[in-house]
Amino acid sequence: MPVSRDLGPMAPPRTPFWTRSRIRSALIQVGFVALLALLIQFLLANTMANLDRQGIASGFGFLENRAGFDIAIRFSPFERNDTYLQALWTAVANTVVLAVLGIGLASLIGLVIGLARVSPNWLISRLAAVYIEIFRNIPLLLQLFFWYFAILRPLPGPRQSIEIGGGAFLSNRGLYLPKPLLDSGAQLTLVAFATGLIFALTMAHFARRHRAATGHSRPVLQWWIIGLVALPLATWFATNASMALSVPALEGFNFQGGMVILPEMLAALLGLSFYIAAAVGEIVRAGIEGVDHGQTEAAQALGHSRGQIMRLVVIPQALRIIIPPLTTQYQSLAKNTSLASAIAFPEIISIVAGTTMTQTGQALETIALAMAFYLTVSLLIAAIMNFFNWRVTRRSF
Amino acid sequence: MTETSRHLPLRTPGSVLGPAAWIRRNLFPDWRQGLLTLLVLWLLIRTIPPLIDWLFIDAAWTGDRDDCVAAGGACWAFVGARWGQFIYGFYPPEHRWRVDLSMLALLASIAVLFLPRVPNKGWIITGSFIALPVVTVVLLHGGMLGLEVVPTDRWGGFMLTLVVAVAGMLGALPIGILMALGRRSRMPAIRIFCVTFIELFRAVPLITILFMASVMLPLFMPQGFTMDKLLRALIGVALFNGALMAEVIRGGLQAIPRGQFEAATASGMGYWKMMTFIILPQALRTVIPGLVNTYVAIIKDTTLVLIIGLFDLLGIVQAGISSSNWLAPSVTTTGYVFAGFGFWVLCFGLSRYSMHLERKLNTGQKK
Repeated sequence: MPVSRDLGPMAPPRTPFWTRSRIRSALIQVGFVALLALLIQFLLANTMANLDRQGIASGFGFLENRAGFDIAIRFSPFERNDTYLQALWTAVANTVVLAVLGIGLASLIGLVIGLARVSPNWLISRLAAVYIEIFRNIPLLLQLFFWYFAILRPLPGPRQSIEIGGGAFLSNRGLYLPKPLLDSGAQLTLVAFATGLIFALTMAHFARRHRAATGHSRPVLQWWIIGLVALPLATWFATNASMALSVPALEGFNFQGGMVILPEMLAALLGLSFYIAAAVGEIVRAGIEGVDHGQTEAAQALGHSRGQIMRLVVIPQALRIIIPPLTTQYQSLAKNTSLASAIAFPEIISIVAGTTMTQTGQALETIALAMAFYLTVSLLIAAIMNFFNWRVTRRSF
Repeated sequence: MTETSRHLPLRTPGSVLGPAAWIRRNLFPDWRQGLLTLLVLWLLIRTIPPLIDWLFIDAAWTGDRDDCVAAGGACWAFVGARWGQFIYGFYPPEHRWRVDLSMLALLASIAVLFLPRVPNKGWIITGSFIALPVVTVVLLHGGMLGLEVVPTDRWGGFMLTLVVAVAGMLGALPIGILMALGRRSRMPAIRIFCVTFIELFRAVPLITILFMASVMLPLFMPQGFTMDKLLRALIGVALFNGALMAEVIRGGLQAIPRGQFEAATASGMGYWKMMTFIILPQALRTVIPGLVNTYVAIIKDTTLVLIIGLFDLLGIVQAGISSSNWLAPSVTTTGYVFAGFGFWVLCFGLSRYSMHLERKLNTGQKK
C-alpha cells in the first residue's frame, strides 16, 4: 500500500473507509435492519399464505360474533348469547379481580412470614424459613393442582360440608359465605365512611405540612374520630339504616343464599398467594435486616419508643429496599394468574387463547390480545409501584 | 500461657451458656414469646405425627388401588407401579438404557464443574457443555449410529423435564448474553431491537410464549415445513428465559468499571475480543448467583409444557392419577407429593448451590 511521501514513515497507514467506526456502525445497522425486514416479510408472507389456505379471515371482526359458551366465574355480567368482546371483558375482569385479591393476600401472608423470619423466637423464625423453602421451591402449577385436585375437589358434598363457623361452609361446591344485604341507608353509610377517610387523610396531611413548616405538631386524633366513627354513625342513624345478613343454608342438594367462592377461584387465589408470599416474606426480611442497626440504636438514644422507632425510622428505610423487588413479585403474580387456566379458572388464557381460539381459529388475533393484556397489566403495576417508590424515596430525609 | 490456665477452673455459669440458657434466650425471652412458643409447639405436636403416620406408617407400599384405600395413608404402591413412566414417559422400555446413558452424560458434565483446579478447566467445561446436547440428541432421538428413532411424542416424565430444563438453560445463556450486549450497544437500531425483545418477553407470561410456539410458529413457516412440537416448545422456553437472563447479565455488565473497557480499547482490542476476553468473564462471574436463580425458575417453569400437551414429570403424574384404575383421593395426594418432592430437591439443591457460590465468590453487596 503506498504511503504518502511528504508525511514520512510516521504517517498512519491508509485504511479502507469501511473500517472507520462510524461508517462501520452505520453499515452494520443498515444490514441488521434489512435482515430483520426480510425476515418479517418472509414470516408475514408465509402467514398470509397459510391463513388463505385454511380459509381464515384475519382481523378482529370475530369479536362481534356470538360467543355461545358459558363462564362459570364472572366478575362482570356475561351470558351465552353475548359477543366474544364481552367474553374478553369478563376474562379481563376475572383476571384483574384474581390478581388484585392475590396481591393483597400475598402481601399480608408475606408480611407475616417476613416478620416471623426476623423474630427473636427461634421456633417461629425456623418455621417461617421452612414455609419459604417449601413454597418457593415447588412449581406454582403443581401447587395450584394440589390445592384444586388434592384439597378442594375431594371435599365432601354440600350435605356433609365442613362448617367453619360464622355461617361459612366449605364443600366441594366451594366456600359459602354470608353476604351482607345493604339498604340505601347502609350504602350511604359506606359512602360517609369513605368521605370521612378522605377528610381525615387531608387533615393529617395539612397537620404534617404545618409541622414541617413550623416544627409544631398539631393533634390529629379528633379528625380521625370524626371522619371514621362520628360521620358514619351519624349517617347510619340519620338514614335509619339497617343491615341484614344472608346466611347460606342447606336446601335440598345445595346451599341457598349467601355468596359462594367456587373451588377454581379459591384454589387459584390460595395457590398464587401462598406461592408469591414466600418471595414477599424473603423481601420483607431482607428489607428489615437491611436497615442498619445503628439507626435503631440512634433512635433509642434519642428517646423514641419502640413503636416510634419502627414507624419513623425502620419501616421508612426498609420500604426503600422492599418496594423495587416487591414490584417484580407483583408483576410475577399478575402474569402467573395465567396458570389458573390449568385448573379451569376462566381468565384471559382460558377464555381468549383457549375457548375463543378453538371456536374461531383466530390464533394470531387471540394470542396478540392476550399478550397486549399482560403487557398493559405489567406496565400498570410498574407505574403504580414506581409512584410509591418515588413517594417513599422523596419522603426520606 | 501458664498464667491464664489458673483461671480456667472458673466455668461459665449455666445461665449464659448451655442448652437451658439457649432455650431461655431463643424460645422464652419474655412471657409473650413464651406463650407463642407453646402455641406453636402444640400446633406442631398436632400436625407432625399425623403427617408421619400418613406418609410412612399408614402408607401402602405395594398392591393396587384397593390396598391403598384400605391402608388409609399415602399410596406409594402407585408411585412404584408407575415408576418407569414417571422417569421415562412412554419411551420404549428396551431403549431406556439410552435415557440412562444421557442422564449419566448430564451428571458427568455437572461433575466437571466441581473439578479441582486443572489446566484448561474452562475449555473442558465449555467443551463438555457443547458436547452434551449433541450426545443427548443422538442418544435420545436416535436415527444415527444404528440407533432406532424414538419420536419425541414418546418422551416424557422426569426425562422430559430434564430435557426442557437443560435445553432452556443452555439455549437461554447465549441468547441472554447477545441480548444484554445488544441492549448496551451504541448502535440505536440494535439497541432498540434488543430492548423491545427483552421487555416484551419479560412482560408476558411463559404460557403465551408457549402458545405462540405451538400455535403461531407453524403459521409463520412455509407450507410443508413441519417442526417437532417439543422443539417448538424448547425454542419458546429458550427465548423466554433468554430475555430474563439478559437482564441478569446486564446487571453484571453494568458493574464492570469503565476503566476495563478503556484499557481493553487502549490495548488495541476490537469489540468482540474485548467482550470475550475482558468484559464477559468478569461480568458473568459476578452474576453467577443470579444466573443460578434463573435456572431454578427455569426448572419450575418446565411444568408449563403440560399445558401445550407435553407430558413432563407433573404432566405424567397428572395423567396417572386421572387414570381410572387409580382413581382415589390418597393416590392424587401421593402423586403430587412425589412430584413436588422431586422438583423441590432439584430447586432447593440449586438455590443452596447459588448461596454457596455467592459466599465463595463474595460478590454480594453485604459488608
